[in-house]
Amino acid sequence: MADAANATSAGGILLVFAVVVPVIGMLALLMLRLLGLSRAAPVALVAIAGGTAVAFATAYLVIGTQSALVYVVGGWAPPLGLALRADGLSAVMMAMAAVIICGIALYARPQFDAPDEAPEGRRAFAFWALLLGLWSALNLVLVGEDLFNLFVALELLTFAAVPLVCLDGRAETLEAALRYLVFALVGSVLYLLGTAILYGQYGTLDIGLIHDVARPDLPTHAAVALMIGGLMAKAALFPLHLWLPPAHAGAPAPASAVLSALVVKAPFFIILRLWFDVLPGPSAIVAANLLALLGAAAILVCSVVALRQERLKLMIAYSTVAQIGYLFLMFPLTVVPGVPPWETIGWTGGALQLISHAFAKAAMFLAAGLIYEALGHDRMDDLAGAGRAVPVSLFAFGLAGLSLMGLPPSGGFIAKLLLLNAATLAGAWWIAIVISIGGLLAAGYVTRVLKRAMAAPAAAIHTQPVARSRELAALFLALCAVALGLVPLQPFGLFAIGRSVMP
Amino acid sequence: MSGVSLIGIGAAALVGIGLYGVLMHRSGLRRVLAFNLVGAGVFLMFGIAGKRGAAVGLPGDPVPQALVITGIVVAFAATALAVALLTRLADLRTKPAPMTSNDTPPPSEAP
Repeated sequence: MADAANATSAGGILLVFAVVVPVIGMLALLMLRLLGLSRAAPVALVAIAGGTAVAFATAYLVIGTQSALVYVVGGWAPPLGLALRADGLSAVMMAMAAVIICGIALYARPQFDAPDEAPEGRRAFAFWALLLGLWSALNLVLVGEDLFNLFVALELLTFAAVPLVCLDGRAETLEAALRYLVFALVGSVLYLLGTAILYGQYGTLDIGLIHDVARPDLPTHAAVALMIGGLMAKAALFPLHLWLPPAHAGAPAPASAVLSALVVKAPFFIILRLWFDVLPGPSAIVAANLLALLGAAAILVCSVVALRQERLKLMIAYSTVAQIGYLFLMFPLTVVPGVPPWETIGWTGGALQLISHAFAKAAMFLAAGLIYEALGHDRMDDLAGAGRAVPVSLFAFGLAGLSLMGLPPSGGFIAKLLLLNAATLAGAWWIAIVISIGGLLAAGYVTRVLKRAMAAPAAAIHTQPVARSRELAALFLALCAVALGLVPLQPFGLFAIGRSVMP
Repeated sequence: MSGVSLIGIGAAALVGIGLYGVLMHRSGLRRVLAFNLVGAGVFLMFGIAGKRGAAVGLPGDPVPQALVITGIVVAFAATALAVALLTRLADLRTKPAPMTSNDTPPPSEAP
C-alpha cells in the first residue's frame, strides 16, 4: 500500500510549482533593477497570476480524477525522501488561498505601488516580497507529507508573517510583531520536540508511514500533545490568543487580511493532519472534548470582548479569535461510530467554516481598511458617515458579517448549521448552545458597526476618496463567502477525496 | 547510567530551563536567548534518536543529523529576525521622533 501511495502521480509536478512559482516571483523582485523595472507590484502580480493558475490546475486535477496528487521529490521515496501530496481538502484550500491572495493583491496594488527610489519604495518592496514568500510557505504546509518539512514550512510562514505586522515601523507594531514572534517560536519549538520523539519512536516522519505503524502508547500521545499544544499557540486558540489582536489590528489592511484569513489557518490544518492521520486508533473523546471546550471558551469570551472594542480593526481581530474557536468544535463531532471522520457532517462543517471564514475575514479587513482611509480613523464612536463615504465597502463588510453571524445565504450559515446538526445528533448539547450564542454575539458586534456607519454624521465630516477598484476587491471576497452558501447541505465528497486511501 | 540517558536528562533540563526563561522573563532579549536554550535541548533529543539508530535498526542513524542542521539554521534565522526587531525597537525608544520619512506611517496603516 505504501508503494502505491508513494509513487508520483500524473500532474504531481504541479505541487512543486505551487511552492516554487511564488519563490521565483520573490527572487525576481530582488533583481528588479537588473530587469530594468522600478516598481515591485507588476512583477509580483505576474507571479501571483502564475501561482493562481497552478492552484486551480491542481484543484481541477484532484477533483477530475477524484484522487490525491502525489509527488515524490527527486524520486526518493519516503522514509528517506520527501513526498508532497494534495488531497481534496488541500486542493480546495490551495484554490481558496489563491483567490484570496488575488483579491488582496488587487486591493494592495494602489497602496504599495511606490517606485523603488521613493521613500515608500522599500515598504512596497517588502510587502510584495513577504506576500509571495508567505504564499509559498502556505502551499508547502498544505501539500507537505513529512512532519519536519511541515516544521520548516511553518517557520517560513512565521518569518514572512511577522515583518508584515510591523511594515509601518512604529513602536507599537514592532512590539506586537515581537510578541507574535515569541509565541510562534515557542509553538514551533514544542512542535519540533514532538517531532523528535516521533522520530525516535518510528524512525520516519512521513505522515502516511507513521499512520501505518503508529501505536497508541504514551510516547506517541505525548509527542502529538506537545505538537498540538505548540500549534495551538500559532493558531491563537484561546487562551493562547493574546498575541493576535494587537498584531492583526496593527498591520496594514491587506496584511491584516492575509494574516487573519490564511496564516492562522495553516497551524490548524496541521492539527487536523496530526489528529486524523498521525494519531492511531479511534480519537480520544476526552482530548477532543478538551479542544472543543477551549474553542467554546474562545467563542464566548472573545465575542464579548469584540463587542466592547472601541477600534474597528481590533474588533475584527477579536472576532478572528472567536471564529477560530468554531474550528476546534469539530473534533468531538467527527466521532461517529461506524463512519470515517471525513464522511461526517462535523468534518464537512469544520472544513466549510475554515474556508468561509477565510473569505469573510479577508473581505472584512479590506473593507475596514477603506473605511479607515475614508474617515482617517477607525474609532467606533465616530463611524457615522462611513455609509455615505464608502458605501460599497460597507456593503462588503455587511455581507462578510452575514457569514460570521451564520445567517443565510452564506458559507458561514451552512458551516454553522452543519456543526449544529452534528452537535445535536451527537447529543453534545453544550456545543449546540455555544454555536447559537456565538451567532447572536457576532450579530451584535457586526450590527453595532453597521448601525453607527449608516447614521448621518452630526457635523459635516471631511472624507478622503478611495479607489473604486479597491472597494470592488473587498466586495468580491465578500461575495465569495456568500456564494459558499449555495453548496448542498450534506457531507460532500470534495473534502473526502484522497482521505479514504490515506495509507 | 548510560551516556544516552545522561544526554536525555540534559536535553530535558535544557528544554525546562529554556521554557521557564521564555515564560518568566519580561525582557525581549532574554526571551530570545531562552528560546535558543529550548532549541538546544530539542536538538539534543534528535541526537539521541540518531544514536539509538531509531527503528531502522542501524547502529547510528544519519537522518537526525540532517534534521538538526536544518533546525539550527531555522533557529538562527528566527534569532536574527527577533534581534533585528529588538534593535529597531530600542532605536525607536531612545529616539522617540521618527528617524526618517521612511518611518512615518501613512494614514492608512495605523490601527
